[in-house]
This record gives sequence, structure tokens and C-alpha cells, in this order.
Amino acid sequence: MSSNQTDPSGSDPLRLQADVLVIGGGPSGAWAALAAAENGAKVVLADKGYLGTSGATAPSNTGTWCVAPGEDRAQMVERRWQRTAGLADPRWMLRCVDRAYENLLKLVEWGYPFPSEDDGKLYIANLRGPDYMAFMRRRVLLAGVTVLDQHPALELLSNGETVTGAAGLDRQRNRDWRVDAGAVVLATGGCAFHERILGATGLTGDGYLMAAEAGATLSGMEFTGKYTLAPHGSSLNKGLPFRWATFYREDGTEIINSDGEPLRNGIGEREKEIARAMIEAPVYARLDQAEPALQDWLRQGQPNCFVPYSRMGIDPFKDLFRVTFKAEGTVRGTGGIRLATSDCGTDVPGLYVAGDAASRENMTGAMSGGGAVNSSWAIASGWWSGQGASHFAKRHETRSAFRSVSRPLGEAGLRPAGTIKPGLTAKDVIAAVQAEVLPLEKNYFRDGNRLEASRQKLDTLWSDVRHHLAGAGVDRYRAREAAAIAATGRWSLNASLARQESRGMHRRADFQTSDPAFARPILINGIDHIRVEAAEPVKHGKELAS
Amino acid sequence: MIEVISESRCIECDICVKVCPANVFDKTGGAPVIARQDDCQTCFLCEIYCPTDALYVAQYADGPVAITEAQVEERDLFGSYSRALGWKRGKPGGTQLDPTHRIRVAQV
Repeated sequence: MSSNQTDPSGSDPLRLQADVLVIGGGPSGAWAALAAAENGAKVVLADKGYLGTSGATAPSNTGTWCVAPGEDRAQMVERRWQRTAGLADPRWMLRCVDRAYENLLKLVEWGYPFPSEDDGKLYIANLRGPDYMAFMRRRVLLAGVTVLDQHPALELLSNGETVTGAAGLDRQRNRDWRVDAGAVVLATGGCAFHERILGATGLTGDGYLMAAEAGATLSGMEFTGKYTLAPHGSSLNKGLPFRWATFYREDGTEIINSDGEPLRNGIGEREKEIARAMIEAPVYARLDQAEPALQDWLRQGQPNCFVPYSRMGIDPFKDLFRVTFKAEGTVRGTGGIRLATSDCGTDVPGLYVAGDAASRENMTGAMSGGGAVNSSWAIASGWWSGQGASHFAKRHETRSAFRSVSRPLGEAGLRPAGTIKPGLTAKDVIAAVQAEVLPLEKNYFRDGNRLEASRQKLDTLWSDVRHHLAGAGVDRYRAREAAAIAATGRWSLNASLARQESRGMHRRADFQTSDPAFARPILINGIDHIRVEAAEPVKHGKELAS
Repeated sequence: MIEVISESRCIECDICVKVCPANVFDKTGGAPVIARQDDCQTCFLCEIYCPTDALYVAQYADGPVAITEAQVEERDLFGSYSRALGWKRGKPGGTQLDPTHRIRVAQV
């Protein structure tokens, strides 16, 4: 049910009951809703934007980590595990590829128009975002799920023991909503600190803040050092074409790498050198390493990557263009809400988590899961969380009872501890956080002293947010987004200070090597008072072979 | 950012108002208006959902640019992203012809 009628603003709140409430309408939310509905649950899906266009996948073209069942499956996972800087869990990786493969076959069965390879076999290891998410919307509606578009969630509800639903705002009608539910799935995506990137500007860490308010633990929040190249001034953080780039200065001279060769390949091991060059002076690129056939495939296969160039009127294979590194926070980083159970439950009963809202350390450790792995993770974790939430709802059928005792949990940005200061705007708060967590010289290349200085600035900012920030009317969700971004910035800085080593995308100038003692996740609890602790060491992948 | 709504192309279906993930547009009695341009995340999806190619999103994400409907028309940019994808009249299409698997092989 996607309602389109116009109500007068300020009308009576919308109140619904469901077994499972899914918050977020990207791929993981869609799969969660499908799994819960298949289990017989009554499902409501609420999205800040629109199920079909929301999230980082919809405007993109993403690979999947597609591993067919077969004898080399364990070796494929083992090989990938070697690239996770020692923090991933091979058991999770194996079950993720299996679940994702099953669900990709469901897409085939449902008639999703996959392309064919030359031998006529369907190629299921790639999903074109706009088509995939339009298809998922149809499936979700077919499954009888009630879809609430343009309905940002503002806070979770709890009866003191379990999460019992959520409340939010219909931002097109200025109407409050509340869904009482037996269980809630957070599929709210990661946090890209409001960087203007394709599909991720609305990913502001809302789910992290809501989960933390309910008492959930976060993990891996230091892994926010992932950046991707884009044409300067554009939203296009898609790295693939830069595989064939050479990098130049403005005057057209080649930038020379540490081995005395021209600096090439923007998605490989030289990334660090490009970042360093960009701190010194503007960097330009040309995709001059792509052969003509490849140029055609790139243009046809990645039309979203070529929109900016054609609109700028340049040929990226022949012309120089200025590039920038876009920060991607935990969207392509790996931090998020800690998974406590194999069905994607959190530490809080009744609260489940899927996709980028969850920590992906189990899958990709300290490395980015951008693209393929995150895409398969969204499918698998969505499925498990929907199943887990629907089972939980069945086991706790107290719907009629809990409504009277549920209370809303939202604080920062919603119910400030002091008097509201109208001069403190969401925009200013976001800009202040960005100044600490986006610049390459602070967040790509990290250093204890700089991290500490940033932490102190954001602690001061947080005190202001906590005491004085709130929005009015439809703009309530903006204040809440700003609070979530500020909270995520603080969690990231605290975790980054605690990890006194370098590992994967966490690059400390003052601790340049990996320390085996840190081969374990760093856990974060609390919002006003942040508590940091090290988790149990990750078991080595060797047991995989047995 | 979203820059142009062509009133001559627009059929006032309000699909863009419904599908924009950043809630950039507002309904009016006639063609929708760009009410919150600064919220645009430059994802280009409103363009492909528009059944009459009436919308134009410029490539600059960081702020507005000066471009007119006449310029977009002259450069044949209305609907250009839909055509590149194979979407027609606001409906999905063309993904079965996506050659991305060839790039993934070449990428290694």
C-alpha cells in the first residue's frame, strides 16, 4: 500500500500494528521484508525516501560476491579472508555467500532480467541498481508488505525489555506515525557524514543512534577511512573506471609514483599515493589505459559513471579532468551495529539489523566491502534479519499488551536536555562534524594527536547538540540526522584512538604497523558517555579447511 | 543537482514528487516545483522515472549551476540517461544487455 492521498498537515497520527517493522528501503530492507512476509508475518516497511530509489545501491551498478556451491567454494572464501586484514570470520563469510547465492537464484526464478554471457548462461554476479531496486519494490508490494515512503523513523519504542516498534514523521504530509511491532529490523544503511555522494547523502547513521539509545553495542566504528575517486564537484563515487586512469597535475605532467613510474590505477595499492598527492595540490586524471573495446563496455555497462562526463562535455578517455576523493564513512567502511546472534539480532531483544547498518567486520574485516561483498551481505543479512525478527515476533505475541507500556527512546536532536537554541542548526552541526571526519589529512591519514583534537571538538559540539538541538514540524528529521552524524563522528574518533595500530583502512601515522594484540573488534557503547572495549580475538581462518 | 523541470514536457503526474529519495520536489496545482534543491543528492533517478523526460539533473553535486531548459534541449540532454540505460517512459529496461561482466573480467 503506497498511499498517495493528500491529508491536511497536522492531521491525526498514523498508527499501525505489525509483527515486523523494517526501517529502511534499500536492498537489505527489501530482503528483510520479503523474508518476514514469507514467514507469515504482517510487515510494515518505512523508508525515509522511496523504496526503489533510496540507499546507495539504487543509483549504482553493483557486483555481487557470487560463489556457486562447489568444491572450490571454501578456497574462494579462504582467499577472500586473506584480504580482510585478519578481522573477518570465515564462518559468516561462508554462510553469507551461500545465502546470497540462493537468493540470487530466487531473482532468476522471479524473472529478474539478468544479462547473458556469450555461452547463453545468465550472469547473476551483477545487479544494476535502478532496475534491481524497482524489481525489489514490486516483489515487496506483491508479498503484501505495507510500504510507507517518505516516512523517516525518528526513534524506537521499548517496553523496557524488548523493542516494540518505532515512531517517525511523514515528511510530505507533516504527520506523525507510530508502528507497534513485535520486532524491528534496522536497515537504515551506514553513515557517510552527509557527503554528497550517489545515494548516500541520506545515509546519516540514524539507525546507529536509534540502536544505541536502545542499548545496542557498535563495532568497528574506526573503519571509516574509505574514500573513492570521483570527478571533482560530482556525486560520482564509483571507482571502477579509475582502474584505467593515469594521474596528472593541472599542467598535464604525470604524477610519478614511489617507484619512479607514472601513477596509475585509482583502485589499487597506489591509492595512498594519490591521496597524498591530492593533499599537496589538485590532482587530474585521464582514463587513458582503457583499450577501445573496454571503453565501449564501460560506457554501456556503467552509464551512471559517464553521465557527468557527457554533461561536462568531456571525453574522459582523452581529456584531463580534476578528481577528488569522496569520503564514504561506514557506507563503504565496515563499522556498524554489532551482531549478537546468527539471525542478525543485536544485544537488544526484538531489535535486528541488516545491510550496512550492521558491522560488516565479519565479512570484510578492516577492508572495504564496497560493491560486491556489501551487496551480497545486504541480501543475506536482510534475509536472516527478516526471518529472525518474524520468529521473535511469533514467540512474543503480546501485541495487545505492550502498547500501553511502550515508551519512546529518542533523545539527542529530538528531546534536548536543555532549552532549544534556534540558532543551532542541523546544517551547522553537520558542517562542524565534517570538518573533523572528512579531510584526507585527518581521516585518511590518521594521527593520535589530531584524532584527540578532533575528539575534543566533537565532545564540545555534542554537549550543544544534546542540550539544545531540535527541529520543528517537518524539519524534526533534519535535527535527528544531524545528531546521528555527530554521534557517529564521535564513535568513529573514539574507536580510532583506541585502535593503536594500523590495519586496513585505519592508517595511523603514529602506529604504522599492525599489532597482533589488536586482531579483535573494538566495541563501543553509550552516547553521551562513550565506553570503548576490545572484543575477544577473532579466531583464525585456518579452521575453515577442516 | 536537479536544475530543470520542463513545463512543456511535464504531464503533472507527480511521480518525481513520489520517488525522489531526498524529497526535493513539491506538488502544486500544475507542474511540480523544485522546493529543496540543496537536498538533491544528484542520483539522477528522478530523470529515469519521469515518463516524459521532463527533468534535468546537472552533474555538479556541490551547488546549483546556471543552465536553462533551452540549453538542455539544444544539447539533447533531456532523457539522455534513460536512453543510455534503456529505460523508457519511466519504466525499467535494458539491464539484460548490461555488458558489465566483461569489465569485471578485464578488471583483474
